[in-house]
Amino acid sequence: MKKQLFALLLALVPFTAMAAGGASVPYSMTPDLDDKASLQRGMQLYTNYCMGCHSLEHQRFARAADDLNMPQDLVEENLIFSSDLAFNDQMHIAMGEGDAEAWFGAAPPDLTLESRLRGTDWIYSYLLSFYKDPSTGTGVNNAVFDLVSMPNVLEPLQGVQEMVCAETDRPVEGAELDPLTGKYQSCDVLQVTQPGELEPDEFEEAVYDLTNFLAYVGEPSKLQAQALAPKVLIFIFIFGVIAYLLKREYWRDIH
Amino acid sequence: MGNPNKAMADKGIMRWVDERFPATQMWQEHLSKYYAPKNFNFWYFFGSLAMLVLVNQILTGIWLTMSYNPSAEGAFASVEYIMRDVEWGWLIRYLHSTGATAFFVVVYLHMFRGLLYGSYKAPRELVWIFGMAIYLALMAEAFMGYLLPWGQMSYWGAQVIISLFSAIPVIGPDLTQWVRGDFLISGITLNRFFALHVVALPIVILALVVLHIIALHEVGSNNPDGIDIKKKKDETGKPLDGIPFHPYYTVKDVVGVAVFLFVFAVVIFYFPEGGGYFLEKPNFEPANPLKTPDHIAPVWYFTPFYAILRAINFSVFGLDAKFLGVIFMGAAIAVLFVLPWLDRSAVRSIRYKGWISKVMLVLFAVSFIVLGVLGVLPTTDGRTVVAQLCTAVYFAFFLLMPIYTRLEKTKPVPERVTG
Repeated sequence: MKKQLFALLLALVPFTAMAAGGASVPYSMTPDLDDKASLQRGMQLYTNYCMGCHSLEHQRFARAADDLNMPQDLVEENLIFSSDLAFNDQMHIAMGEGDAEAWFGAAPPDLTLESRLRGTDWIYSYLLSFYKDPSTGTGVNNAVFDLVSMPNVLEPLQGVQEMVCAETDRPVEGAELDPLTGKYQSCDVLQVTQPGELEPDEFEEAVYDLTNFLAYVGEPSKLQAQALAPKVLIFIFIFGVIAYLLKREYWRDIH
Repeated sequence: MGNPNKAMADKGIMRWVDERFPATQMWQEHLSKYYAPKNFNFWYFFGSLAMLVLVNQILTGIWLTMSYNPSAEGAFASVEYIMRDVEWGWLIRYLHSTGATAFFVVVYLHMFRGLLYGSYKAPRELVWIFGMAIYLALMAEAFMGYLLPWGQMSYWGAQVIISLFSAIPVIGPDLTQWVRGDFLISGITLNRFFALHVVALPIVILALVVLHIIALHEVGSNNPDGIDIKKKKDETGKPLDGIPFHPYYTVKDVVGVAVFLFVFAVVIFYFPEGGGYFLEKPNFEPANPLKTPDHIAPVWYFTPFYAILRAINFSVFGLDAKFLGVIFMGAAIAVLFVLPWLDRSAVRSIRYKGWISKVMLVLFAVSFIVLGVLGVLPTTDGRTVVAQLCTAVYFAFFLLMPIYTRLEKTKPVPERVTG
């Protein structure tokens, strides 16, 4: 019976992938909360490019400074731009929700929990997938979020990206693999046509840092959990061994 | 180890207490002189683990209540406040949210043990019924608790389940409004769910646990052989196959506790969201009555019953499909209450039952798990057919039980327990 149950549990494993839900996205990234430099660069990008519109209602500057090893004076000088905000405040924005709705059609959402709501792969892919589209109000569209009302705020860094017909290494749905080059021919390829301040691979790194920072913001306690976990598990393990020896000693006279 | 009871009684203070309150007598009746069969196996860990998780839920719940704000405006933010600004708040919250999942894991295994070894059969009918009442109260407790973080799935999950009341003919719509306390799920619903979750239902559950254990200790524990150990006693009246619960099973259960805590801690520290099954992704967005999530799925421990509800997509005798689904879902739980009277077998344990019982139990377990998986997924025509099939198997296990348990040939039960 035990074996049968175990087999059943194993059969359920594939379903864990389904819980993630949502559509598949073109790129993936693995957050690295130990890479403090990446997280610091990510926070710098966030405060410079995102925080005009997107608040982090539950994230305090002070907590980030503490977790990402940044001294208070540096944070106050370089990352806090509003005179209304203090070091211990949460990362609020000045823009009112009513104004935001009037200007953009929808208020830009708070992003504190975005990494837990949509996942880091989605954020990473979304930020890399803006392309020029003169038919929209903002002049850009997004391959991950069609007709999104957000402009490509990272364009100065990325340059202008367009959707073109080209060869690509990445498998594309419906596209044929060229057996000679090992590449796919597709007309959904995003390509930078006017360079920005950063080279494409530098830009991908910047987006990685930004996504990494949002992964941190989604669950800052993960840093504490990771630090605490081995100690707790070792304690429980030793406790278990002692408990087992005690049980064996008591049960010696049974049977 | 000496005799702790004698040592205690000799002490002045214990004698003083015992003359006023039966402390030593209770200790003996429920622990040091409660004789449990010596052949408990793996399946017998889950009762004491359920108790451990209950204590965990109550303690972490008390501390969460200290920082939680039960209002539609403040609930979501207060959960994030607990996760970020309250000292150890993240750990307390994950202990509580993962504890809910752990509670259902151990309770389902505990109930399955009952099915395996016929622990519901005479004279343990009341033990089983009190246990089922605990399960029912636990489902209500978990359902109401899930509304409290006030995320999108909290809101829409509650919306789906509460709207089931509206399927009841005539009084349905008014009843639904009465349950919600509003025309839609609102802060009023949140407040009453909070009151029920932190005050009313915990009292009910604790009272039922006491009844469950008193009833158990009155009739004595069953065992994997389903034998009555009280039939064979030594000259002092102690069952030959029984051992005092304390210290033997207390030390053994502590080993189970250590193994359980290890797994529990791994989940809390590394997978608190349980891949989206313990904490669902849409719940990281505040409740929004104007925006329905793409796919609404209950938390995993409700999904078998949710799948039964959705499997009924046809109407019979003029009853519409939704109402019929509600009836089937209710019946799926209600039928468990009468289980002691459905099993007509001469033996208790699956070890000595015939092959039909064994096949039926495996089919039942498989269909329950398949229903659980289907309840998470969006419906398709194929899945609905599978869900209908599994629903049929689920009910066949119970409703045909009076027939197959009487028909089949059972094996002879040994006189003494078999280790």
